[in-house]
Amino acid sequence: MENNKVWNSLKRDRINRIKAAIPYVEIGKVVSADNAVSLLETVIKPYDKVNIEGDNQKQADFLSECLCQVNRDRVHDLHIVQSSIALSSHLDVFEKRIARKMDYSFSGPQAGRMASMIKEGKIELGAIHTYLELYGRYFIDLTPRVALVAGMQADRNGNLYTGFNTEDTPVIVEATKFKQGIVIAQVNEIVDQLPRVDIPGDWVDFVIESPRPFYVEPLFTRDPALITDVQVLRAMMAIKGIYAEYGVQRLNHGVGFDTAAIELLLPTYGEELGLKGKICSYFGLNPHPTMIPAIESGWVQNIHCFGGENGMENYIRERSDIFFVGPDDSLRSNRAFTQIAGHYALDMFVGGTLQIDKYGNSSTATESRVAGFGGAPNMGCDPRGRRHASGSWLKCGSENGIQSQLTGDLPRGKKLVVQIQETFREKMAPGFVEKLDAWELAETAKMELPPVMIYGDDLTHIVTEEGIAYVHKAESLAERMAAIRAIAGYTEIGMEEKPEETKELRRKGIVKTPEDLDIDVTKANRNMLAAKSVRDLVKWSGGLYNPPARFRNW
Amino acid sequence: MALHEISFMFHAEGETDIFPREWSHTGVVGSGDLEVLMKQADLSGGVQVKIVTPVTGFDHVWEKVLDKFVRETNLGDLIIEINDNNSTPFIVSMRLKQALIEAKEGIG
Repeated sequence: MENNKVWNSLKRDRINRIKAAIPYVEIGKVVSADNAVSLLETVIKPYDKVNIEGDNQKQADFLSECLCQVNRDRVHDLHIVQSSIALSSHLDVFEKRIARKMDYSFSGPQAGRMASMIKEGKIELGAIHTYLELYGRYFIDLTPRVALVAGMQADRNGNLYTGFNTEDTPVIVEATKFKQGIVIAQVNEIVDQLPRVDIPGDWVDFVIESPRPFYVEPLFTRDPALITDVQVLRAMMAIKGIYAEYGVQRLNHGVGFDTAAIELLLPTYGEELGLKGKICSYFGLNPHPTMIPAIESGWVQNIHCFGGENGMENYIRERSDIFFVGPDDSLRSNRAFTQIAGHYALDMFVGGTLQIDKYGNSSTATESRVAGFGGAPNMGCDPRGRRHASGSWLKCGSENGIQSQLTGDLPRGKKLVVQIQETFREKMAPGFVEKLDAWELAETAKMELPPVMIYGDDLTHIVTEEGIAYVHKAESLAERMAAIRAIAGYTEIGMEEKPEETKELRRKGIVKTPEDLDIDVTKANRNMLAAKSVRDLVKWSGGLYNPPARFRNW
Repeated sequence: MALHEISFMFHAEGETDIFPREWSHTGVVGSGDLEVLMKQADLSGGVQVKIVTPVTGFDHVWEKVLDKFVRETNLGDLIIEINDNNSTPFIVSMRLKQALIEAKEGIG
């Protein structure tokens, strides 16, 4: 045994850093916004791993801007670990050479600038993760030394109310605090009494009242007025050919107009098919406003949310049988738990993508944008660790064309992973391609492998206007490719379709056309939607839904 | 935006479904993505198609979509005019089918 070995150096370091910051503390744990930059210069050291809370929606934007203003002689070579790169300040900190290395998940709005900064050597990219992978690494080898988080309110003792937009805060704070790290929170206001405590005060070291409320993006609102007839058609096909066929009760919808169309067809077309109570009872889902008509019509038993959505606060408050709310009646979202549900508690993921290749691999990456993954791959995969059974999971597994070649006579279930794809998007961009743009991006950004959102072997169904390919039923890669060609329309992939082959696939039920599903394409029409505008959604909600200004077009 | 004009001539295989004379139809104008005009003409059983579109480089796709439509419907002695506003191939075939249904209802 080494007697002189120090076993609590992290704790000693933390105490020293906090002591040095005492001059900036006004009362309790409160530091004034004017001293925020000085506080960061004091508690952050060169080469620290720093987490700037950047969620899918809520952003610690004030602290992120302050970090860009620190003295580079004191703070440099930081390793940023954070889930979402959403704001320009998230990259400015690299431009100013305060930070050097980055591990992250998702960078939608900053994807273009990020690609060029990686190319110019301004960002040393560690890896691009799914949310759960990154959260996992927070507890293993990417533990933040300092976390800069965002809350709605705090009291003087550091208790935080993160409320509606809790999202990633619990996982970040837990990883940081319990490994002797430092947690600094920006809040919209400091109050005497919180509605509820989401993060206990002794896990938080400093709180700062931000000069303005944190930035939140309404990411999940889709205006029903913009849903097209063809989206209605694909939604009808999905409901009849997949939801009803497998009796799917527990599911997740990605963001997009196709899934919004499905949500709005449940009270009309779904009701007509007698599916109420038989499908779509339980969701892991953001609070999509387009779910309101289905909820109001009694379709839904339960929704657990990754994050919040602007305008849904009052509606959720009044629907606590459906949503998870605190003792104060406001939503508690928690991204980590919904992502876990995506893996192990849900039977189906339904989403859309930009490109699907001839093998069924899909990606949203393009050559000039490093957008990352977010949570879609956590939802859109077949979790190999699942052991409990359900009807739809067993049925999908029993149809798996290659299962017997892998496990012999042993039955195994399979999660339904569904992509709804338009064969051509606007400007005639093909939805099916010979080779994914992700290959080119991997080369440009020096990535170890092309960023694939959903792998072909996880994918079970593709829905296009031309038909549904039940790709998991294929007994070989060649057969899967033929099924994809059969529904790829007039894209280059689809033009290679062989009528005889498609006929055989239809006979085997690996491909179903709208005709096979007894759906008349000429009847697909927007008029079937339960709500045709944002105003209709407000009406359905009895005035409880309060859409953001930009969606109020009446 | 410069508009691009394409013309094709098709012949259905076998027996053609020819409309009564003195007939014309303007279909699905309100959809916002495509306007279809159909009118009867003596073309020895052929179908003449004229397309006006802002999109270039997809003439072969138009040809495939329309050829399939004519083969599936067995139409003959018809002029089809399409004014396109950036429709995808599937929308084109869907709007053509809808226009035909409306046309037949109009005659019947």
